[in-house]
Amino acid sequence: MADLKKHDTPMIDELKKGPWPSFADDINTRAESGVQCCYDLLGQMELSYVHKETHWKHGGIVGVFGYGGGVIGRYSDAPHEFPSIAHFHTLRINQPASKFYNTKFLRKLCDMWDHRGSGIFNFHGSTGDMVMIGTTTDQLEPIFFDLTHQFDMDLGGSGSNLRTPSCCVGKARCEYSCLDTQAITYDLTMTYQDELHRPAFPYKFKFKTSGCPNDCVAAIARACTSIIGTWRDNIRIDQKAVQAYIGGEIKPNAGAFSDRDWGPFDIQKEVIDLCPSKCMYMDGNELKIDDRECVRCMHCINVMPSALRPGVDTGATILNGAKAPILEGAQMSTLIIPFMKMEYPYQEFKDYVELMWDWWMEEGKNRERLGELIQRQGLRHYIVDILGRKPIPQHVKEPRSNPYHFWKEEEVPGGWKRDLAEFRKKHLA
Amino acid sequence: MEELKKKILDFMTKKGKFKSKMYFKDLCKADPDAKSREIKKAATELVKEEKIEYWSSGSTTLYGLKGAGKSEAEQFGGEE
Repeated sequence: MADLKKHDTPMIDELKKGPWPSFADDINTRAESGVQCCYDLLGQMELSYVHKETHWKHGGIVGVFGYGGGVIGRYSDAPHEFPSIAHFHTLRINQPASKFYNTKFLRKLCDMWDHRGSGIFNFHGSTGDMVMIGTTTDQLEPIFFDLTHQFDMDLGGSGSNLRTPSCCVGKARCEYSCLDTQAITYDLTMTYQDELHRPAFPYKFKFKTSGCPNDCVAAIARACTSIIGTWRDNIRIDQKAVQAYIGGEIKPNAGAFSDRDWGPFDIQKEVIDLCPSKCMYMDGNELKIDDRECVRCMHCINVMPSALRPGVDTGATILNGAKAPILEGAQMSTLIIPFMKMEYPYQEFKDYVELMWDWWMEEGKNRERLGELIQRQGLRHYIVDILGRKPIPQHVKEPRSNPYHFWKEEEVPGGWKRDLAEFRKKHLA
Repeated sequence: MEELKKKILDFMTKKGKFKSKMYFKDLCKADPDAKSREIKKAATELVKEEKIEYWSSGSTTLYGLKGAGKSEAEQFGGEE
C-alpha cells in the first residue's frame, strides 16, 4: 500500500507540466509505489524553493571501511520535518569502461538499490560514475559488500583523490577511434587503485580518454590529464569515395543532416574552405591534403567518413590542466605531448603521470587543481624543469600571437645582451 | 613505518587542539623528510587501525583523529 503524501508541493507540481520528462514525475511515481523518502525528498525540495536556499548539509565521516572516497555524505537540516531523508547519502560507483551494461545486470542492480536505498539513480554523474542517490549510514557497508561480491563493481572516486577514470566508446563501436580507450581506462583504474580509494592529493584529479580528436568525453574541457587519440602519419583517402560524395551518391556527415534539402554537396564550401589550417585542395578530380599542416580537427573526416579515415600510425596526444572552477571560470587543457604511443603496459605514460603527481603533491596548495598549479608556477617551469622536456612550437598558446613559453637567457644564442643601436639599424622602429 | 605512524599521531594530537580536521598536506608536516607516499601509507594504516578517520565533503578529503571534533550527530543532526 502506498504511503500517504505528507507535504504539499505546488511549485514542484509545476515542474510536471509541459512536454518534457520531469524528474519530479519520476520521484513522485516512486513515492506513490510506497517509498516514503521520495515524498520527503519532494517536500524538502519544495521548502528550498520557498526559502530560496538549500536544506542539504554536505560532507561527513561516511564511507566504507578503509576507503576515503566513493560516498558523499548528505544530511537534511530539517530532519524532524523530513525524517526519512535525515541521512540521504550518495554513492559513486565506478562505471564499466564506456558504460556497457546488459539489462540483466541493471535489473539486479535496481533490485539491490530498491532494497538498500531510495531506488533513485543518476546514470551518469558528470565524472561519469553511476550515482546512487539516497541511503542511510547503516546501509553503506552492506551496499559495498553487495557491489563487490555480487556485481564485481567497486566504488568510484570522490574527495581528494583520483576520480573514476572515464572514456568514450572507443574501438568497441567507433570507426574513428585511434586508441583502445577501454583497455587504457581499465589499466589506469587497476594500476592506481590506491590513489582512487585513499586520498593523498591536494584536490581532485581526473583522467579521461577519448579515442579521437572529436573528444566525445570532453576530456579537453574537464580532465587534469586528457588522453586523446590521434595519428602521426597521413589521413587515408579513398578518391573514388570522394567523387561519390561530390556526385551525391553518398550523403555527407553519414546522413546526419539529410532531413532537410541543403542542396547538392559542395566539397569546396563544406570541407576545403572550413579546414582551419587550409591544408586541403582539389588537384583536378583528386583531393589532396598537406598532412604536415593538418591540425587533426577531424572536420573533413566527420563530413566524409567513407572517403577519409585517420592514419594507421596511432597513439595519443596528452594534455594537462582542464578545470571548471566557480571562482575563476573554466580552463581548457594545454597540450603537453603531441604524440605518445599508447601500448600496453603504457609505461611511458605512467612514468609521465608519476612525475606530474610528485610535483603536484609537493607544490600544490590545498584545493588547487593541477591546471591551477601550472598556471601559478608557469608552463615553462612545468615542461622544462619538472617534466624535463624540450619546449616545442605546439606549446605556443595562440600561434603567431601570444606565445607563453618564455625562453631563458642561456637558451637564446647571444643571450639578452645586444647593442640596441646596432639592432635598430636593421630593424627600424 | 611504526615510527612514522607515531609522528603522524603526535602531530595530529598537537594540532588537534586547534583544528579537528587536517588536509593531507598538513599531515606531511609531521615528518618533512618522509616522502608523501610513505606518509600516505602510514595514514592508511592508521585509518585501518581506527586511530584516525577520513572526513569528506565530496570534493575534498580531510583527516582527523578518531572521534575528534563534533560528532556526526552533533554536526548534522542525523540520527546516528
